[in-house]
Amino acid sequence: MIEARGLTKIYRLGASNSRSLRDAVTSIFTRKNSSRETLTALDDVSFTIKEGESVGIIGRNGAGKSTLLKILSRITPPTRGTASIAGRVGSLLEVGTGFHNELTGRENIYLNGAILGMRRHEIDARFDEIVAFSELEKFLDTPVKHYSSGMYMRLAFSVAAHLEPEVLIVDEVLAVGDLAFQKKSLGKMKDLGESGRTVLFVSHDMNSISRLCTRAIWLRDGKIAVDSSAVETVAAYLHEQTLTGAEHIWDEVRSTPGNDVARIVSLRVVNKEGETTPSPDIRESIGVEMVFDALAGDKVLIPNLHFFDERGACIFISHDWNSGWRESPRPAGRHKATAWIPGNFLAEGTISVTAAVSTYKPLMVHFIATDAVSFTVVDTLEGDSARGDYAGLLPGIVRPMLEWTNE
Amino acid sequence: MAATDITQITPAGSRLRLGAAEIWRQRELLYFLTLRDVKIRYKQTLIGIAWAVLQPVLTTVIFTAIFSGWARFDTNDIAYPLFAMTGLTLWLFVQNAVSMASNSFVNNTNLVTKVYFPRLIVPLAATLAALFDLVFSIAVLAVLMVYYRAVPSAEILLVPVFMVLAFMLAAAVGTLLSALNVRFRDVKFAVPFFLQVWMIASPVFYPASMISEKWRLVFAINPMTGILEGFRSAVFGKPFDWPLIGVSTASLLVIAAVSLVVFRSMEDDFADVI
Repeated sequence: MIEARGLTKIYRLGASNSRSLRDAVTSIFTRKNSSRETLTALDDVSFTIKEGESVGIIGRNGAGKSTLLKILSRITPPTRGTASIAGRVGSLLEVGTGFHNELTGRENIYLNGAILGMRRHEIDARFDEIVAFSELEKFLDTPVKHYSSGMYMRLAFSVAAHLEPEVLIVDEVLAVGDLAFQKKSLGKMKDLGESGRTVLFVSHDMNSISRLCTRAIWLRDGKIAVDSSAVETVAAYLHEQTLTGAEHIWDEVRSTPGNDVARIVSLRVVNKEGETTPSPDIRESIGVEMVFDALAGDKVLIPNLHFFDERGACIFISHDWNSGWRESPRPAGRHKATAWIPGNFLAEGTISVTAAVSTYKPLMVHFIATDAVSFTVVDTLEGDSARGDYAGLLPGIVRPMLEWTNE
Repeated sequence: MAATDITQITPAGSRLRLGAAEIWRQRELLYFLTLRDVKIRYKQTLIGIAWAVLQPVLTTVIFTAIFSGWARFDTNDIAYPLFAMTGLTLWLFVQNAVSMASNSFVNNTNLVTKVYFPRLIVPLAATLAALFDLVFSIAVLAVLMVYYRAVPSAEILLVPVFMVLAFMLAAAVGTLLSALNVRFRDVKFAVPFFLQVWMIASPVFYPASMISEKWRLVFAINPMTGILEGFRSAVFGKPFDWPLIGVSTASLLVIAAVSLVVFRSMEDDFADVI
């Protein structure tokens, strides 16, 4: 159980952190000490986490996530407030802390284990498991300076993954190694959560949060903005993050993409009811609605939408060939075209949309609004999506629900 | 669940404690950090641990060349190389330990900013690691004693006492400097200079009897004075100068207490300041 009461952390900015001996000596005489600027990294944060809960901490950089973890890990004391943690605490703010390049893999396992708070007999007992997990059996007696960075991270994570505390505090340490190893690591994390341990987990990856945590706390400017179920907190967070993204209205003509034939007016992501939705459910169909003005009135105008995943890979491009405007020129005036992506088609993740209007005979692009909106597909893990009963890492750009036959 | 550990987190300054129990609980970490410091000390050197022997031997040769030919000290009929080597055995340990410990946090920034453990373990591990070199110095000293046919007497049983005092002194000074170094990197530059002055002010290559009787106890405020004199008396079976040793020990205890208080008042901020 973790109980935090009014945790506040105020940093003094500027000279204080790097002041020299001379400044310190002069400040004794001048007593000019209190005029420094301060930064409130954490502002009166209180919460209770019950035993066995897996709680995610989300928020933008500088929102206080790391400070909170550092306080709960006892690395830095709070300026005000208290916290108490029942159970043996293991904290992983970094993997491989204390690793030394000149030491061998074997030596580093023991050193790192001790630094993370493992007893020697515990490391002895889990040694073979750690080595097997890292898949580095052959390099155990090689100094880690000869390891590739991937091998290094694998060894480091393997030690960390075998730490078995009652309360685990983890900062984004999963993004190590190749995809196969990441999968393994995520599975290990999930096991920890499911084995009744209390887990506090900071991540920027909303999918990991919704997958690993039952509850999530969103920190904004050092304060708790939302403390609710993981799905709800993530949705609220994404909603704020994508305010410019789930809906985009161009109201200033000069900066609006367009030419003298067509000009975009607005673009938004909608659900079946026509409401703007930044985080649509993976099972529901998703509409992308483009409003544009036809200015010339004598051209065939074909709206088209381009969808990109988080890594910038194009998932697909869709053209409005079938709404009746394929051959007919659009009259001058406002047009609204909506493309419907079926439910159970896109994979989880954040998808960015580029909108364009073109004429194809002859080819002419009237405007392209690049990355104009974005939305995050969320799987609530209720078992009726393409995930079925599997909640682990599931790669793939799309995730269609296919029909299977058996004979 | 066993209602075992409860971690209480409170603002800085609201807990002033020795923390010996916590360090004892984490003794394995102390062991592994010491082991690491020992293992990496001579890594990537050409002659490796031969340095642990060469350092005292070469210094003794230099001292002997200078001080037994050109400037002579009354070493009370102890051959000068042997006299110098007894002084260097403890001095080089203190010197190495203090310089390693004073940089211990700065060289282990990650340990401070990414994990929690009793901070005192870091300079203590560096001091303990310096004991490794001391073993070699003692071996060199033993060889010299055999060579000069110095026969030990019962007093030699007190040798460990002065080694423990030397260890305490090195740990106290190293810990104090390590904490100051976190905030003021000036320490890094001042330490080599400080160690030189300290060596000259300690009876390493000259006997304390050189100082006039009147000033000798003042001289003993430098704890190294009593420790070195006591160590020599124990090695060579000479009478102990107890007042001198007493003043040095008292001074050592004051230094240790100051070091601990300063360290405790600074350690909470380490992660934010380093």
